[in-house]
Amino acid sequence: MTVGVSFNQLSEEEKMQHFLDRINAGEKIEPDDWMPDDYRLQLIRLISMHGISEIMGALPEKEWVPKAPSLHRKLAIMAKVQDEMGHGQLLLRVAEDLMAPLGKTRHDIMEDLFSGKLKFHNVFHMDAPTWGDAGIIAWLVDGAAIISQSMMLDSSYGPYARALKRICAEEVFHAQHGESIILAMAEGTPEQRQMLQDALNRWWESLIMFFGPKSAKETGNSNADKNIMYKIRTKTNEDLRQEFFTKYIPRIWSLGLTIPDDTIRFDEESKMWIYMDADWSKFKQIVSGNGPQSQNRLDLRRRSYKNNEWVREALAAKKAI
Amino acid sequence: MTQETLKPQEKAALIELLYQMGDDDFILSFRGSEWLGLAPHIEEDVAFSSISQDMMGHANLYYHLLEDLGEGEADRLAHLRSPDQFRNAIILEEVNGPGTYLKEPEYDWAFAVVRNYFYAVHKQIRLDSLRHSSYGPLAEAARKIMTEQYYHLMHWEIWFKQLMTSTDEAIQRMNAAIEKVWKDFGGVLTLGPSYAEIVKANLIDDEAVMKKRWTNKMEAVLKEVGAGYPGEPRMERGNGRNGVHTDDLKQALSTLSEVYATNPATGW
Ligand SMILES: [Fe+2]
Ligand SMILES: [Fe+2]
Repeated sequence: MTVGVSFNQLSEEEKMQHFLDRINAGEKIEPDDWMPDDYRLQLIRLISMHGISEIMGALPEKEWVPKAPSLHRKLAIMAKVQDEMGHGQLLLRVAEDLMAPLGKTRHDIMEDLFSGKLKFHNVFHMDAPTWGDAGIIAWLVDGAAIISQSMMLDSSYGPYARALKRICAEEVFHAQHGESIILAMAEGTPEQRQMLQDALNRWWESLIMFFGPKSAKETGNSNADKNIMYKIRTKTNEDLRQEFFTKYIPRIWSLGLTIPDDTIRFDEESKMWIYMDADWSKFKQIVSGNGPQSQNRLDLRRRSYKNNEWVREALAAKKAI
Repeated sequence: MTQETLKPQEKAALIELLYQMGDDDFILSFRGSEWLGLAPHIEEDVAFSSISQDMMGHANLYYHLLEDLGEGEADRLAHLRSPDQFRNAIILEEVNGPGTYLKEPEYDWAFAVVRNYFYAVHKQIRLDSLRHSSYGPLAEAARKIMTEQYYHLMHWEIWFKQLMTSTDEAIQRMNAAIEKVWKDFGGVLTLGPSYAEIVKANLIDDEAVMKKRWTNKMEAVLKEVGAGYPGEPRMERGNGRNGVHTDDLKQALSTLSEVYATNPATGW
């Protein structure tokens, strides 16, 4: 910027150029910095979806908190779901700061969740009928989350990058907790092994879906490309999925488990995993609130929001004094 | 005293006391964990789940003291005893409200605040006394628990005072919850049928002394928020310290042990 010309006097194009120069130079954007509206909206969309997914993600595991099969496991899964809620809180605060100039608050986030406008991650719409599912969720869903979140540790938006740093550190413990459950079951009785295999079968397609479609073709949505341009993220969905395969497929096989995909193999020539792609029309259905547990879990939150209305009113009244 | 110097009747009294305290924390921690995702706001979900986790840790400590005394593995004690072997107070096993934690929960936040606050006040008094317990390992455990308990008490006290001095609706709901909890809170304040042996072994203060501390504190707090004192806390549905319980405990235990009970011998 030329000395003597205040930033406010620049034209929109110049501001945009200045902004892009900053992010290309690896600078972090802070909440009070100028940013294009489009960047702000992308961040709000991404971070509120991430935040609400952490919160909705605590629900399938909550089902297993009391049922966890030892005091040690009870304590560990309690610690985990508490962390997930904490991640949600941290992220919603980042989103709230971004929404404030638009006159929106957390109330709007909750309303958008209830109306289905704000989507949450496909995996948290699914059934978790056994303790094996609790293990697979912590091991592989959290494992997948580490891969996709680590990519954004260097996000151009400072508050998001800092929140992710803390989140990723905790996610590592979650995945270890999951792996420990999996190992105990894999080394256990035939019934335990079967429970584990069944859970893996149930979750495999959801894990493929976790990273999103290969290209905008499947969803007609180009948010991922845009976020790469804005340096909010650095890798494509497919890059991340391949990373996940490389990290976890050998481990799954070494436990003697079968991946429910006959075609899966590593292609030496292209250095890529070949696999059966997910049914992306099913994915769209699921994230639109038509997954097996979507409405049940939304109902839990809607109900509590309604039942606790008097508490929010009471707290607001105290604040007003 | 240590494990080696305990006389048989002292040991029996100690075991009884440890079950009471372990079961109180275990079952109330479970009721707390059912609230996850249903609390009035996300910040409270985080705080409440942390408290529930701490309390599960406290139960775990007591069960391990029992394991050391030859009562069997802590996991078996938590998961395989029948309801009549549990020694928790009845008010702590009561459901959070209609519905279940998985389906259509109509949970009552006023009940959660009142029950947890009243219990936290008592637990503080109990721990204060246990610091001077004649049984060394128990005194040590109490000191450990105390550091977390201090924060729990503060948390629930803030909620209690805020809601008791807010909107008419909040005050009305809170008063209804106080009335409900008061009917059975006497069950928390008793040391049960082994009371005389427990006190004689200097494991903890006399229940009458601790009860007085609790009622004094409650009288002061209720006065501070402009509420009346409901009189002697009662035990209308019986004494959990005797193994008397409601169906709520039976259901809670079958959930808590659902997976473990399928095969207690294997590793999980
Ligand atoms: Fe998380
Ligand atoms: Fe996690």
